Amino acid sequence: MKQLKLFTIGHQRIFCKHFFASIILLYVSNFAFSQTAEEVLQKVKMKLEKVNDYEANGKMKTNVAFIKAPVANIKVYYKKPNKLRIVNQNGISFIPKGSVNISANNVFANMEQYDIIDAGRDSAGLRVIRLLPKDDTADVVLSTLYVDQKNMLIKKSKTTTRENGTYELEMNYGKYSDYGLPDQIIFSFNTKDYKLPKGITLDYDDGTEKNIDKLKDKKGRVEIIYSSYRINEGIDDKVFGQ
Amino acid sequence: MWNLLRIELFKIFKRPRTYIAFGAIAIIVFLFQIALWFDGKTYVDLILSNIDASFDFTDQFKHRLLNGYFVCFAILNILLIQMPLLVALVSGDAIAGEANMGTLRLSLTRPVSRTQYMVGKFLASLIYTVSLLLFLAVLALFGSMAIFGTNDLIVFRSTSIHQMSVDDVFWRYLAAFAFATVALTTVASLAFLLSVFAENAIGPIIATMSIVIVFTILSEMNIPLYDRTIKPYLFTTHMVAWKGFFYVKADAEGTTLRGSIENLPAILRSLAILCIYIFLFTGTAIWVFREKDILS
Repeated sequence: MKQLKLFTIGHQRIFCKHFFASIILLYVSNFAFSQTAEEVLQKVKMKLEKVNDYEANGKMKTNVAFIKAPVANIKVYYKKPNKLRIVNQNGISFIPKGSVNISANNVFANMEQYDIIDAGRDSAGLRVIRLLPKDDTADVVLSTLYVDQKNMLIKKSKTTTRENGTYELEMNYGKYSDYGLPDQIIFSFNTKDYKLPKGITLDYDDGTEKNIDKLKDKKGRVEIIYSSYRINEGIDDKVFGQ
Repeated sequence: MWNLLRIELFKIFKRPRTYIAFGAIAIIVFLFQIALWFDGKTYVDLILSNIDASFDFTDQFKHRLLNGYFVCFAILNILLIQMPLLVALVSGDAIAGEANMGTLRLSLTRPVSRTQYMVGKFLASLIYTVSLLLFLAVLALFGSMAIFGTNDLIVFRSTSIHQMSVDDVFWRYLAAFAFATVALTTVASLAFLLSVFAENAIGPIIATMSIVIVFTILSEMNIPLYDRTIKPYLFTTHMVAWKGFFYVKADAEGTTLRGSIENLPAILRSLAILCIYIFLFTGTAIWVFREKDILS
């Protein structure tokens, strides 16, 4: 009888512990859910606003169907509100148009020009927020942000433009996540056909089989792996000139 | 043999016309370099116009693209088509020139066999060809490197773009010049063969050039019927294989593999075919000359 009583008291304690933990978790998750898209973006923005400028070192891989290029050592310069430049330190790199979109800060530079639409969550649990430009004639037609709400980080974005197709950006974070700066980005963009007349190039036909299917791929990819950031140390505006 | 070679080299390099080729190369290379120095941006814009909708090309990009390696590639692309004419000027004159001057019989009164005589002539033509290419290398490669500096080399093919790191380029030029030597030796041996049949140097020179021009046009035509039947056997198809050293392999993600050549077996096959042509042309020239009645 005594043993049964002790068992019951033990179970009651465990039950109470789990019950309160569940209540707290439910409250926290409910709070997270309850945040509006505007509030989420505001929090992400606050995080990114800690960065006035940065100079980042990294390695860039270019993956375009018709280009064979080595991995490049690059520097990325950013300055508020939306100045960004990718510079190959010594060599030559093909920098895609719209590369300014590799910075999440760029999204928030003109936030007031967009209507914010909450699109719920995707299968990975990321909050999906769509930005529609108020100006019907703007080049950007639609931007979609995928936000990791727990860490208030933009993990993915898609920007559709009138002139240059769709840009997609995937970001992975590491030691600079407190500033909302990624360790790795993958930037996808649309490419147009490349063809020069053989009369100009005077190619040597070495009989190598051309991968026609690969050449038809109109999607280019640039991957940047950042090794270090220098944040808020000031950058001269001249860097962003030619 | 050494004395014979020295005499032939003396004859070649004593003639003023020999230096026409060196002068022509110097003028073409300098004109090209001057044009690209002052208006290279227009040339680069023309090449990039095909992809400037997808990429941002800054002035820094264009300036770095227009480096010595790129300029040398552009010069070789143009000049190596004209070089056979300059090579034929000397090789076509090798036997026919002697016949024209009436010194052929006199030359053969020396205690050397006809085969030795022909080998001496051919080696002298070969040395002339090599010296012409060395001269071109000094002006086009080292000259452009000095004027435009060095950076990564980007080669624009008709359907793809190949980029090589700056430290992965120089050896390719050494290989390309070595290959070009073999390619031009093929033309030299053709002119040498035709020279045996003529009494005047103009004939073999013009005949060589005509053959090279017709074959080059056939090589560059994109007609499926010719692609399979004629083109693989034309020596002009294989003469441009030096460019193969500037076509690189890449991994699945499009990253250039350092030190790689896209299709080395194809280059070696072209090299072998050119060597066979050299052997055939020179061998036939020697055989015909040995059998020939020398009347002049």
